[in-house]
Amino acid sequence: MSDSEKLLLNALVKPNTVLALSAVDWSLLIRLARKANLLASVARRLEAEGLLAQIPAAPLAHLDAAKRLAEKQLRGVYFEADRIQEALAKLDIPVVVLKGAAYVIADLPPARGRLFSDIDILVPKNKLDDVERSMMLHGWVSGQHDAYDQHYYRTWMHELPPLKHVTRQTVIDIHHAILPETARLHPDSKKLLADAVPVEGREAVFVLAPVDMVLHSATHLFHEGEFENGLRDLVDLDALLRHFSKTEGFWDALIERAAEMDLTRPLYYALRYSQQMLQTPVPDVTMKAAIATGKPSSPVARIMDALFARALVPNHPRCDDAFTPLARWMLYIRSHYLRMPFHLLLPHLLHKAIKKRFSPAQAEVPKLDNN
Amino acid sequence: MLYGEYPLVDETEFIDFDIRFEPPRGLRRWYRPQVEFEFDGHRPFKPLPYSQAFPMFEWALNWCVANHYHHYLIIHAAVVEKDGLGLIMPAPPGSGKSTLCAALVNKGWRLFSDELALISLQDGMLVPMPRPVGLKNASIDVIADFAPQAVIGRKATDTAKGTVAHMKAPTNSIQRAAELARPAWLIFPKYEKNIDMSLVPHSKAHACVYLAENSFNYNVLGVDGFRAVSAAIDQCACYDFTYSCLDEAIDLFASLEQPG
Repeated sequence: MSDSEKLLLNALVKPNTVLALSAVDWSLLIRLARKANLLASVARRLEAEGLLAQIPAAPLAHLDAAKRLAEKQLRGVYFEADRIQEALAKLDIPVVVLKGAAYVIADLPPARGRLFSDIDILVPKNKLDDVERSMMLHGWVSGQHDAYDQHYYRTWMHELPPLKHVTRQTVIDIHHAILPETARLHPDSKKLLADAVPVEGREAVFVLAPVDMVLHSATHLFHEGEFENGLRDLVDLDALLRHFSKTEGFWDALIERAAEMDLTRPLYYALRYSQQMLQTPVPDVTMKAAIATGKPSSPVARIMDALFARALVPNHPRCDDAFTPLARWMLYIRSHYLRMPFHLLLPHLLHKAIKKRFSPAQAEVPKLDNN
Repeated sequence: MLYGEYPLVDETEFIDFDIRFEPPRGLRRWYRPQVEFEFDGHRPFKPLPYSQAFPMFEWALNWCVANHYHHYLIIHAAVVEKDGLGLIMPAPPGSGKSTLCAALVNKGWRLFSDELALISLQDGMLVPMPRPVGLKNASIDVIADFAPQAVIGRKATDTAKGTVAHMKAPTNSIQRAAELARPAWLIFPKYEKNIDMSLVPHSKAHACVYLAENSFNYNVLGVDGFRAVSAAIDQCACYDFTYSCLDEAIDLFASLEQPG
């Protein structure tokens, strides 16, 4: 683990260590945390420990700024959730809010200090057309997706192409499952919907049951191909585990549900790396059970350790070693392999590679002094 | 030339942003060379021709501030100061805000910024960020004539905004960069050829809405943003100002009364 990575993990796991940081350390910590989308989380941890008053003014200003940005996003999520609820009210179906927005709506610990932009919801598959139609009537439209993208999403994926609101520009992902139709693992969406729990004070808005929320978070993180927010997602997992494990029987229920949902592998990774990097208090017996049911064969496990050790760090040059680009690329390929069988995957990757060459991803320099 | 008078941080000090401006790798380093902006190892923007490196530096630095300094209310406006009192000049493009700002700081006013008004959320004070003043097209020669002592950098031609050059911040403004000011005047300038100069009161309610709309982070700050905008408006005398002659404008600004 690089010193840079240790600096950020220490700030999250042992917040009072920041009191010993030099101005140069602080410069680096602020930059790493910002890049990892964890600056507001760091600020929240320090605040919770009552340490903010002892932080030097210069880094404190950046922490304060990040906290304000996170609070703005919380307000945004509440607002959007209300609009989505309005849009779908007539359909009389349960709307399950997923991931970041769910943490906010259900007031769970990862919500504090989280930065994100999209809202994800899960709806029954047979209602997908109705949901899309209602959302469009309320101003959400399918973004810049060509015919190929539309086909790809609608035929193989577990979600519709992202919808964007025409005036607010907010993005919503509508899922009918947590993994693609073509994926190697098949968690049953009906079970997820059946166990979803209502959100206090909101009619018809649900979040996943605690064990399912952890499993979804784990699946999302360890099946993803892009780890831009890898460490942030692991920090979310850690916060969820610490919070839910206060309830008697949580760990046993988690292991049991993972087996039932065909998600023992992502759970193993989640518990392993969360414990390793963020010192999540996973009971020995739970860890043993996760290993027994979810650990891949030894050589594979060793390779995955090497890959995730590089992917689950801030995507910042200071945390990279010579193998980081290769590791990230291999995980990207792996995510597609997990998502689709080869005869579908190869043409898809080829299509994406060709398209990418002809579409620049960068923006024009914004013009501030335009008078 | 434009940054020679600024203090350098030493290796043990805190830095806000890790940025770099470099030619891109590959052919464009040699063939019609370009420059790229790098922020923490990533390149958020398209490269520009190498001759526009300096304006790109200023634009990118503004981008850094406008997107990260949410511990301030940030408004798109020029700010100058005299006797501890701040004059805020928000204005739409083409109104001559930067030209007026450049003229004022050559006639005794202290430069805070020609682009970004930073208002502290703690005490409502204006925070200086004295950097070179961006001048565009005809304004470059106007200021060179008006203030022959002003140091104006190399012109970059064919930018997205036409020809651009930057004027060095006055030495005194750079040295006093830590001294804050209380907002006292909010003036909407408008340059019009051959027009009689006028200074007429501007509705405070409208000024309030205008500041909110022309803020980079009003929506980020929520209630605190509203409070900061209202507090600034409460303290300011608000005017619309139309002018055609810089000398007349400077005389009028020198006689501005301190709001009660």
